[in-house]
Amino acid sequence: MPEAAGEINAIWGVSTEVIGLWLAALLTLAIYSFLYGDNPVYKLAEHIFVGISAAYGAGIVYHQVLIPELINPLFRPALAGQDVPKYSLIIPGLLGLMVLGRFLRGHEWISRWPIAFVMGLGAGLSIPRSMQSLVLLQMHGTMQPVWPLVTAEGWVGVDNILMIAGVICTLAYFYFSLPHRGVMGGMSRVGIWFLMIGFGAGFGNTVMARISLLIGRIQFLIYDWLPTIGIHLGGPGVG
Amino acid sequence: MRLQIPIAIGFLAGFFMLVQFFVPHQFFQQSYLELFDWVKIIGAFALVLGLGSLFRTHIDKIRNRRPDHIYSFVTLISFAVMFVFGIVYGVKPHTSFDWLFKNVQTPLEATVFSLLAFFMASAAYRTFRARSVEATLLLTVAVIVMLGRVPISDYVSFVDFHEASEWIMSVPGMAAKRGILLGVALGVVATALRILLGIERSHLGGGGGGSS
Repeated sequence: MPEAAGEINAIWGVSTEVIGLWLAALLTLAIYSFLYGDNPVYKLAEHIFVGISAAYGAGIVYHQVLIPELINPLFRPALAGQDVPKYSLIIPGLLGLMVLGRFLRGHEWISRWPIAFVMGLGAGLSIPRSMQSLVLLQMHGTMQPVWPLVTAEGWVGVDNILMIAGVICTLAYFYFSLPHRGVMGGMSRVGIWFLMIGFGAGFGNTVMARISLLIGRIQFLIYDWLPTIGIHLGGPGVG
Repeated sequence: MRLQIPIAIGFLAGFFMLVQFFVPHQFFQQSYLELFDWVKIIGAFALVLGLGSLFRTHIDKIRNRRPDHIYSFVTLISFAVMFVFGIVYGVKPHTSFDWLFKNVQTPLEATVFSLLAFFMASAAYRTFRARSVEATLLLTVAVIVMLGRVPISDYVSFVDFHEASEWIMSVPGMAAKRGILLGVALGVVATALRILLGIERSHLGGGGGGSS
């Protein structure tokens, strides 16, 4: 396989794979050093992260949006598989340049045109889309048969009753045009219980997602990095 | 005019998107795809705006010799190295850009987010107190969901934490989520209508010019 542009396989006789492994391990440890307290090593890793992430976004946007969607179709049509330049792209190109008007002191208003255009498109699209996906589909998912209460698959009817009651009570909690007293007060209280269950489940899931990332980093350090310095603690890939 | 023209542009763009959703004609479908590409192009320029703000912050910090300004050099140099590799060699697999992404950005990102596990645990320990029915409910559900995600729950015979966790997520948890989503949808529609009709103008703010 031919070597990709800019690919270097070794630096001073050390494979780039090993250098990458060490770099990743040292940066991982640098970030974890924050658990002891804020320190220069952590700050260094943190600032590298900001710079690299911003450049990653810029590089991807340049190669995957600007070149194939604007530069090639407009200035190098042959590369975009066209016979003639796509002149309609002058409009988004100009609107894009107008965004940079924010940098011109006293002429910041120029950026309002592209912002209004993008916001208008988003607003126009979000009305039918959110009605479709967040209202109608959610209502359809909620209004499921409640009878029979128990089927071969389990307590499906009971679950559906619970779902309908939960959605109505949660909505009652967010309905402020009526005082939360009497029946409305009771419904809103039950709504809070459902919300607490929802938040608890969300919290539990979020914690476990972070724990899973933590396990991934620890596994990387133990099974990928430590063997490079001759320490084998067993586990996957190690005899 | 500096305000009226953007409001008119927003209205026309939004009205077009609203209409195209209901009209399955080829013209509207193609225009929709074309406009989608336009938004991506404008978004690319907006990224330059964000980068400009990042540079301004760090260059100001260096120029004024503020505390820790040395780290601003680190950010600018990291940016320059990654960006130059990306522009010169491309962003495809097995390039220097890809190498930096795999060995610097990915581990840093995963580690920073995994660090939150410690802070969430510490914050939960310090603030969670089962003082009311609601707080107890939240805590209990969180514990059940967490136990349902770890293998140790397989060794508990009196309750199936995995099944309990799945049930919580798909019935009462989903009911709460749907209640919130229905409220969000109504909020989205109301805000979108305000933007289209020019009542909501905060996104056009800044830059002076007023309504003149």
